[in-house]
Amino acid sequence: MQGKAWYKYLLSLPPMAYLLIFFAAPTFIMLFASFRYAGEYGGLAPWYLHEGGRLTLDLTLENWQRLLETDIYLRLFLRSIGYAVATTLLCMVMGYPLALMIARSGRKHRDLLLLLVILPFWSNFLVRIYAWMIIFSPAGALTRMINGALELLGMGSVTLMYSPTAMLVCLVYVHLPFMVLPLYANLEKHDLDLLDAAQDLGAGKWRRFWLITWPLSLPGITAGSILVFIPVLGMFAIPDLLGGTNGIMIGNVIKQQFMESRDWPFGSVLSMVLTVTAVAVVLLGSRLGARREGR
Amino acid sequence: MEITALLEIVDVSRHFDDFVALDKVSLRIEAGEFFTLLGPSGCGKTTLLRLLAGFDQPDGGDILLDDKSIISAPPEQRPLHTIFQNYALFPHMTVAENIGFPLRMAGCAKKDIQARVSEALENVRLPDKARHYPDALSGGQKQRIAIARALVNRPRLLLLDEPLSALDAKLREQMQIELINLQKDIGITFIYVTHDQGEALALSHRIAVMDQGRIVQVDVPERLYGFPNSRFVADFIGKCNLLEGNVREQQGNSVTVELDGLGPVHVCRSETKCVAGSRCALTLRPEKIRIAANVSPTEDESHFSGSVHDMLYLGDVTVYIVALSNGLLLEALLANSASGRTNFFEVGDSVEVAWSCDAGHLVLE
Ligand SMILES: Nc1ncnc2c1ncn2[C@@H]1O[C@H](COP(=O)(O)OP(=O)(O)OP(=O)(O)O)[C@@H](O)[C@H]1O
Ligand SMILES: [Mg+2]
Repeated sequence: MQGKAWYKYLLSLPPMAYLLIFFAAPTFIMLFASFRYAGEYGGLAPWYLHEGGRLTLDLTLENWQRLLETDIYLRLFLRSIGYAVATTLLCMVMGYPLALMIARSGRKHRDLLLLLVILPFWSNFLVRIYAWMIIFSPAGALTRMINGALELLGMGSVTLMYSPTAMLVCLVYVHLPFMVLPLYANLEKHDLDLLDAAQDLGAGKWRRFWLITWPLSLPGITAGSILVFIPVLGMFAIPDLLGGTNGIMIGNVIKQQFMESRDWPFGSVLSMVLTVTAVAVVLLGSRLGARREGR
Repeated sequence: MEITALLEIVDVSRHFDDFVALDKVSLRIEAGEFFTLLGPSGCGKTTLLRLLAGFDQPDGGDILLDDKSIISAPPEQRPLHTIFQNYALFPHMTVAENIGFPLRMAGCAKKDIQARVSEALENVRLPDKARHYPDALSGGQKQRIAIARALVNRPRLLLLDEPLSALDAKLREQMQIELINLQKDIGITFIYVTHDQGEALALSHRIAVMDQGRIVQVDVPERLYGFPNSRFVADFIGKCNLLEGNVREQQGNSVTVELDGLGPVHVCRSETKCVAGSRCALTLRPEKIRIAANVSPTEDESHFSGSVHDMLYLGDVTVYIVALSNGLLLEALLANSASGRTNFFEVGDSVEVAWSCDAGHLVLE
C-alpha cells in the first residue's frame, strides 16, 4: 500500500495542474487587475512607473471605491441573486418529483427517461434560446394564444418577450437537468427497505416521504442547487437575448466592462465579487448539507 | 371449545405468474409463542412473512389476527413489526430517534417517548448509545437496536426474517440466547424465519418446516427431530441416515421392515401407521448408531458389519462413514470423551454397527 501512494499523487497531478493554471492563476490575476488602472485604449495600464530611474508601484483602490459609490451594483447583485434563488427553487420544485419518478421507475424505463432529461444538451445552448425567442415573440404562437384567451376574458394583452417571466422560464428550462441529475443519482441509491421499515413502524405515505426520503436526499438537493445557482448567478446570454432592459444581471455588466467599456479593472472587481459570492454559496450549501445529514 | 389462536393463516396462496410461491398455507400461532418458519432457500418463507406484514397481498386465503381479518389493512396499520435482514435502521436518525420512531408515528408525547426509548435501550443493554448514529454501531449492536425499535411500542407480533444471518458464528450464538431471553421476558409472539435448522431447533417453541411453498410439518423441535413425517423433514433437520425398504409385517406398534439389500430389521414402538407391503424408509440419527470393532448386540438391537469408508474429526465428536455390505453408506457418531484418545478406527478398518429397535423412525413419504 505504502509504495503505491506516489502513484495516486501522480494521477491527481494533471487535474491539479489544470485547476492551478485555469482557475487559481486567473483568479489571482483578476484580483491583481482589480487594483490596477485601465489602459488608455482598453486593457490594463502598467502596474509600475519609471520615476527618475526608480520603479514605483502604480496601484489603486479606485475601482473598489467605485463599486461602493452607488447602489446600482448592489441592486444588480441582489437582482442576480434573486433570479438565481428563484430559478433554483423552481428547478427543485419541478425537478424533485421528476427525479423521484425516474429513480422509482423500472430499470427498463429509467434509462430512456434519463436520456430524455439530457436530450436538450444535444442541441446548442444559443440555438435553444433563439427557439424560446421565437416562442415568446409577439407574433409567436404562445403569445397569441395567451392574448387570445385574455381577450375573450375581456382583459388586456401581455408581452412575454423581454419580461422577467420569459427570463425565468428560460433559466429554469436550461438548468433543470442540472437539478434532476444529481437528485436522481441520490434518490436512486436509497435503500427501499427503509421505506418498508418506516411503513411497518406506522408511517403513512407523507410521513415516509418527509421523514425518510426527503432528509436522505438533502445531499442531492444541495448538489443540484449549487449546480443551478452558480451558473444562473453569472448568466449573461439569457438576459442579453431575452431580458430586455430590466432583465440585466451582473453577468451582463461584467461582460460590458470587458467588451464595450473596456474597463478591465472594474470588470475584475465585479468578477471578484461574483466569484466570492459563488464560493460562499457553495461553502454554505455543503455546510448545510453536512449538518442535515447529521454529522 | 378451542382456544382462539393469536394469528391464523388460512389457505393462503401466492402465485408469481405461473410459479406457485405459496400453496394453500395454513398455520395457527398462539400468543406468546416463538414460532419458526424453516425451509430451504426459495421455499417461500420471506413471501409468507411479507404477506403477514402487509407488503404483499395473497392470491387466496385469509390472515386473521385475534379472529379478525387483517388482509385489507395496510402495513402501517397492522399491530405487528418486522425485523429486516439488513436491519433497515434510518441512517439520518440517532439511535434514540430510530427507537422513538414508532412511538412518534403513534402520536406519543415527547416525554413519554424519551422514557420508553431509554427503557428500550436498557432492555437491549445499550443505554449509552442513544446519541450515536447507526453507522457507528457494530453488526450486533445494530441488530439489537432494530429489535428495540420493533418492540418499543409492544406489537402483538414480531416478524424476524433471518435476522442473524449477517452475523459471524460466535455473535450469532450469543444473539440467539439473547433473543430467547428477550422473548421470554416480554412475552411477545415471535415469528422467526431461518433456513438454519440448528438455529430453529435451538430457539423455537414450534417449527413449521416448509418446502416448495407448502408446509410439510409443524411440531415442537424434539418431535420434529425425533419423528419427522417425511424423508424431506428427516433429511432437512439434522443429519439423518435413510434406509429404504418395504414393510413386511406390522403388529400394533411393532413393525418388521425388509431393508433393501440388508434384510429384515425390527422396529419397536413405531409411531407410524403403515401397511404391510408399502415402501418406507427407516430414519436413523448418526448419534443413535453404535459403532465398534465388535458390537456384541443385545436382543433388541439390529446389527450389521461394514468398513470405515471415511471419517471426519470435528473436535467434540468424530463422524464415521461406514460402508455396509450392500454398499450403503451409514453415518455414525462417536463422542471423543476419552481423553488423549480420539481415533478409534482408521479408514478401511472392519467395524460393526448396531442400533436398538426404538432408535429408528419410519417415514412413508
Ligand atoms: N416478486 C417476485 N416475483 C417473482 N418471483 C418471486 C417474487 N418474490 C419471490 N419470488 C419467488 O418465490 C420463491 C420464494 O421466495 P422467498 O423469497 O419467499 O424465498 P425464501 O424462502 O425467503 O428463501 P431465502 O431463504 O433464500 O430467503 C422464490 O423462488 C422466488 O424466486
Ligand atoms: Mg428469504
